[in-house]
Amino acid sequence: MTPAPPLVEFRDVTRSFPGPPEVQALKAATLTVEAGDYISIVGPSGSGKSTMLNLLGLLDRPSVGEYRLAGSLTGDLTEDERAAVRARFIGFVFQSFHLLPRRSVLDNVLMPMLYSGVPRREREARAREALTRVGLGHRIDFFPNSLSGGERQRVAVARAVVSSPQLLLADEPTGNLDQRTSGEVMELFEELNADGLTLIVITHDDAVARRAGRSIRIADGRLTEL
Amino acid sequence: MRVLRRRKNIEDTSAESVGDPAVAPTSSAAALLPAVKHADRFTFQDLVAEATADIGSRPARLVMTILGTVLGIASLVATLGFAQTAAAQIASQFDGVAATQVVVTPAKAQSGKANTTVATGRLPWDSPERVKLLAGVDSAALIAEVELADGETITAVPVNDPSAPITASPKLFATTQDLPETVDGDLVTGRFFDDGHDARGDRVAVLGQRAAERMGINRVDSQPSIFIAGVSYSVIGIIEGMDRRSEFVDGVIIPQGAARADFGLTAPSELTIHIALGAGPQVAKQAVLALQPDDPESLEARSPAASSDLSQNVQADVNVVFLILGIIALLAGGLGIANVTLLSVMERIGEIGLRRALGATRRQIGAQFMVESIVIGFIGGIIGSALGVLAVIIVAAVQGWSPVTDPLIAVAGTLLGALVGWASGWYPARRAARIEPVAALRGV
Repeated sequence: MTPAPPLVEFRDVTRSFPGPPEVQALKAATLTVEAGDYISIVGPSGSGKSTMLNLLGLLDRPSVGEYRLAGSLTGDLTEDERAAVRARFIGFVFQSFHLLPRRSVLDNVLMPMLYSGVPRREREARAREALTRVGLGHRIDFFPNSLSGGERQRVAVARAVVSSPQLLLADEPTGNLDQRTSGEVMELFEELNADGLTLIVITHDDAVARRAGRSIRIADGRLTEL
Repeated sequence: MRVLRRRKNIEDTSAESVGDPAVAPTSSAAALLPAVKHADRFTFQDLVAEATADIGSRPARLVMTILGTVLGIASLVATLGFAQTAAAQIASQFDGVAATQVVVTPAKAQSGKANTTVATGRLPWDSPERVKLLAGVDSAALIAEVELADGETITAVPVNDPSAPITASPKLFATTQDLPETVDGDLVTGRFFDDGHDARGDRVAVLGQRAAERMGINRVDSQPSIFIAGVSYSVIGIIEGMDRRSEFVDGVIIPQGAARADFGLTAPSELTIHIALGAGPQVAKQAVLALQPDDPESLEARSPAASSDLSQNVQADVNVVFLILGIIALLAGGLGIANVTLLSVMERIGEIGLRRALGATRRQIGAQFMVESIVIGFIGGIIGSALGVLAVIIVAAVQGWSPVTDPLIAVAGTLLGALVGWASGWYPARRAARIEPVAALRGV
């Protein structure tokens, strides 16, 4: 029996933006992430971190090279198929939370399930469960504006995991948070990782990066394992 | 390594997998995307719920957005409503004067000599009794113009004065007793003759008011005599009014019985029927059958135009200016919706990027803004139609008219609002669908 394929497999992935001058944001990157890994990607701004995240999250296509997700090539997927893969495989956490200000916390967490095909009957229970898990069971009917930054980011985490993705991508998740709430969010990530969720955190904060099992540095578009 | 083949879209794949679970996934799409039941996908209800969730969240902006549509729809609905109301009003005024009269005459045929016609049918002497039984007939009178022999006149003085200038003699009519009711005549003094005079051939006459003036007769209590072709007739009344047949005011009216006996009247020339409002076409059809059951084609009945024809004619003259103004307001309203929807797309770039990252397709994003815009247009249409109908009712109430509006106009107004929303949502929705999640999620 062959072993399960790695969850994420980058092979010589290059992403270049047509010029002039042509910019290669990522140069022949090769990376393998096994299911259950906890990886941090660090680097200064402009080093290609965002490009890396966009490629990992199927928001962008590599110019050269191949990206396999759970063993399947992603290069031949149509735009709609990529959207569907994002909905079911990948959860996103952003630096600026991106919560909808005029919807309740519960509605914000329910939203991804509109697109991910979670059975309708289970949706509300799963949203409540996800919110309870991130410690916001008492804030379900609040609106995002009345929450603190740490609470908002935890709502965003609940939204990212509610569809049971296999891969969680976090883009500077602590960038807008103070040290204490950063710690809370990172602890939450570690708990989720302990439950088997594969985690890729992009950050420029070495303290955050050091908590991950594996750390990858990106500089000038090239990856180096630390 | 698996052979990977590209699939057009996920729906195909999932439908296939649902239909036949034994089929092994052959493309990366199928491998990555297990089938989802249709009910759990992003359905039309989800679309409408997502599109309408934010509409009410900024009431002031919503009001500004729909204002143009409301004004446009309201002015269109009101213009059409006013036109209908006015048409109904004009029609009822027409009815008051002319639409209550049916005239039956014998059919005419070309005779041998050029430009002469002969009657091919004849009206029975008891025509009024026959048609009075029909529903919708108020009263009826036979009318015949009596031709006097050359040189014979009607005068109040039986003097043959060869030196007097020849004056035109008033016209002589022979009618039945219900003439005043039938042609809206009013007696100035005296009375009109009745069936008794008619049957006995009594020599009585009623003068039209102007004829009486010319003959110097203004009182009838002494029953002054006039001489019609030398035969003495007692004047028993003077009549005026008769707006429908003004020639009677200048004429002398005698019973048909007397006209038959003295002047050899052979046949009445027409039957005038006073009818209830709107009964025209039906009375005209039935009257000829009642009068000549064996040969209805020998009679001709002229009825007033049906009021529906009339109001249609008036509606054709609907105030084009107001319609154009309404359409311009509607265009402005559509531009307003397009503007605000575009603004809202730009404001919600972050939300759009997020939805795209969470798995919304371009089509779903476009549809969301499209539906939002249609619903806004629809709301504008409803409010506009309501205001338009209200305006018609208020104006009609102030004028003392009865408001008439086809309910379909209000329905059409509402749908037109939705159509405006659809047209103006098209471009913003396209812009929204084109937003790249990468660009949208960066920063902010």
